Amino acid sequence: MHDQVRRKIGIAVLTLVALIGVACGSKAGDSTAPSGGNNEAPGVSGDTIKVGILHSLSGTMAISEVSVKDAELLAIEEINAKGGVLGKKLVPVVEDGASDWPTFAEKAQKLISVDSVATVFGGWTSASRKAMLPVFEKNKALLWYPVQYEGLESSPYIFYTGATTNQQIIPGLEYLKAQGKKRIFLVGSDYVFPRTANKEIKAYAAANGLEIVGEEYTPLGNTEYQTVVNKVTGAKPDAVFNTLNGDSNVAFFKQLKSAGVTPASIPVLSVSVAEEEVRGIGAENIAGHLVAWNYYQTTPGAANDAFVKAYKAKYGQDRVTDDPIEAGYLQVYLWAEAVKKAGSTNVEAVKQAAGGITYDAPEGPVTIDGETQHLYKTARIGVIQPDGLIKQISAPSQPVKPDPYLKTYEWAKGL
Amino acid sequence: MKVVLDQLFAGLGVGAVLLLIALGLTFTFGQMGVINMAHGEFIMAGAYTAYVLQDVVASQSLLVALPVAFVIAGTAGLVLERVLIRRFYGRPLDTLLLTWGVSLILQQLARDVFGAPNVQVNAPSWLGGGLTIAGVRMAYSRLFIMVLVLVAVAGIWVYLNRLAQGRRMRAVMQNRQLAACSGIGTERVDRRTFFIGSGLAGVAGVALTLLGPIGPTLGTNYIVDAFLVVVVGGLGQLRGAVIAAIGLGVLNSFVEYGTGASLAKVAVFVAIVAFLQARPQGLFVFRTRALT
Repeated sequence: MHDQVRRKIGIAVLTLVALIGVACGSKAGDSTAPSGGNNEAPGVSGDTIKVGILHSLSGTMAISEVSVKDAELLAIEEINAKGGVLGKKLVPVVEDGASDWPTFAEKAQKLISVDSVATVFGGWTSASRKAMLPVFEKNKALLWYPVQYEGLESSPYIFYTGATTNQQIIPGLEYLKAQGKKRIFLVGSDYVFPRTANKEIKAYAAANGLEIVGEEYTPLGNTEYQTVVNKVTGAKPDAVFNTLNGDSNVAFFKQLKSAGVTPASIPVLSVSVAEEEVRGIGAENIAGHLVAWNYYQTTPGAANDAFVKAYKAKYGQDRVTDDPIEAGYLQVYLWAEAVKKAGSTNVEAVKQAAGGITYDAPEGPVTIDGETQHLYKTARIGVIQPDGLIKQISAPSQPVKPDPYLKTYEWAKGL
Repeated sequence: MKVVLDQLFAGLGVGAVLLLIALGLTFTFGQMGVINMAHGEFIMAGAYTAYVLQDVVASQSLLVALPVAFVIAGTAGLVLERVLIRRFYGRPLDTLLLTWGVSLILQQLARDVFGAPNVQVNAPSWLGGGLTIAGVRMAYSRLFIMVLVLVAVAGIWVYLNRLAQGRRMRAVMQNRQLAACSGIGTERVDRRTFFIGSGLAGVAGVALTLLGPIGPTLGTNYIVDAFLVVVVGGLGQLRGAVIAAIGLGVLNSFVEYGTGASLAKVAVFVAIVAFLQARPQGLFVFRTRALT
């Protein structure tokens, strides 16, 4: 009897919570028009402009996203030191997405309607971007997204400042092909980015005479890789193409090494392992393996020297910079340039003005492609050094035009 | 044949890790009925102990870290028990929420102290390689963990069966009221149990630095698996935990070889659910005449 009463109370509480949730949800849904009053020039009040920063500062993705937030704050500080934008100082409003995709959508809505920010810089995982996308489209607000992703997307209210497939994954495959690596083993985390990326990789392989000898997915956060490693060594590939994300990379590379696999026997090319992740994996466990990105801390140039120096001065000499950190930094500058050109923070005016803007970023010159709202970026294949930094080994090349839908590739027709 | 041996070794390796992270829980959860969600964070504390110690004592820091982590994590557990959990005995659901909150606080504390990104502990060079027997590659790091588990299990067995303290612990585990009536200071036994259980989590944390990531969310990667082992093995059952851990490890690695990692996880869960239908109390059950 006692138990039954307790169960009934429990059910009542749950129902109540669910009702409150529904009520709040529909409330958020009702406010379709961008509230906050200042549609013409959002974020502006007096001599300040509010901008939103929305990354996971807690939970499993904090590992990667905290550093991107740091870089964005650094850029805002530098812009303010040089007099701000349109004579107004930028005021960042920082929110925590907590590695939880509904939270990203909720916090995005809060930044837009409560804080009425001029724009939001944020996101990391594709899942968080896909959660935020409808919020930004519905409110006609702007999101700047700084991480390489799987392509096949082009929202009118998102600027993609990381690489799309043809600026990272395809150059990586071309490099492997040029090195004579014909048999490729695919290892990835089990979610949207690796599965989509591998679909594209398989289409590329079929058209270019590469053979996919295995394809393995593990849940995010998985830490047991003995079986996967056994499958890799059993298949005897020429190279592994790695789309694992987050903590799993640490476990994978540690266990790969202890199984006796060396970069000389089976090189692994990763697209989600940058300098920051190398520190967590341990350079001794991953030195000699390959990565594909658009930027490394060692990328030469005055702009990068200044960026690395400023980042280390603000956050500590032991910190490193990497591709998503740099993209977080440069996207604040790109937005500021677009606002200056538009003469206003008005979203449509900024979108209009953004196309064709070129900025001398740490990775070299980047240009906004107005049509896709992606960037022209230079592809760089690198090899991880024993000191944890990454050295570019591919030949220097020109910035690649973004092609998120892979329209210019014959083999990608069926995707 | 080679595949079978390979996967058998892999399964034993997984089982050893499972057993290591679950050993401490068999005590705190098994004896005291405390659902300690912060157990994973004691594992994390052990891992960070190894990280800090490698700067202090450069060579052989891993071996030094094992006892130090035991004491540090054990003390953390003791403090948690004294300050908070003690006030919640007999209220398992409240304890669950309480310790979950503590685990979130500890994670954020680690993030503030050590930074959000993962850190790296350099393995001693003698754990770097591996040996090959009958075509099966056995990494020294895996063998080290297996030996460590064997030592830990043997130590616990001796403690429980040969020492007066351990016998008191078993008495409380089997029948708390009767033990109290017989003059055993159950509070003191509880404290000791929590110290040992949490300390074992710290030892597990040091060992896990050889295999996986070391970051603020390390504990969350392992906590569910640890509870699974304890539930399948039976509360407070050393034998049960050993058999459950090895069984789950071997099952997991064979299913994963045949399918994939995600499906293997599903299969293991399904197997556990089915098993618990047949034996809700786990593999082994204390038969007592206690009223609870």
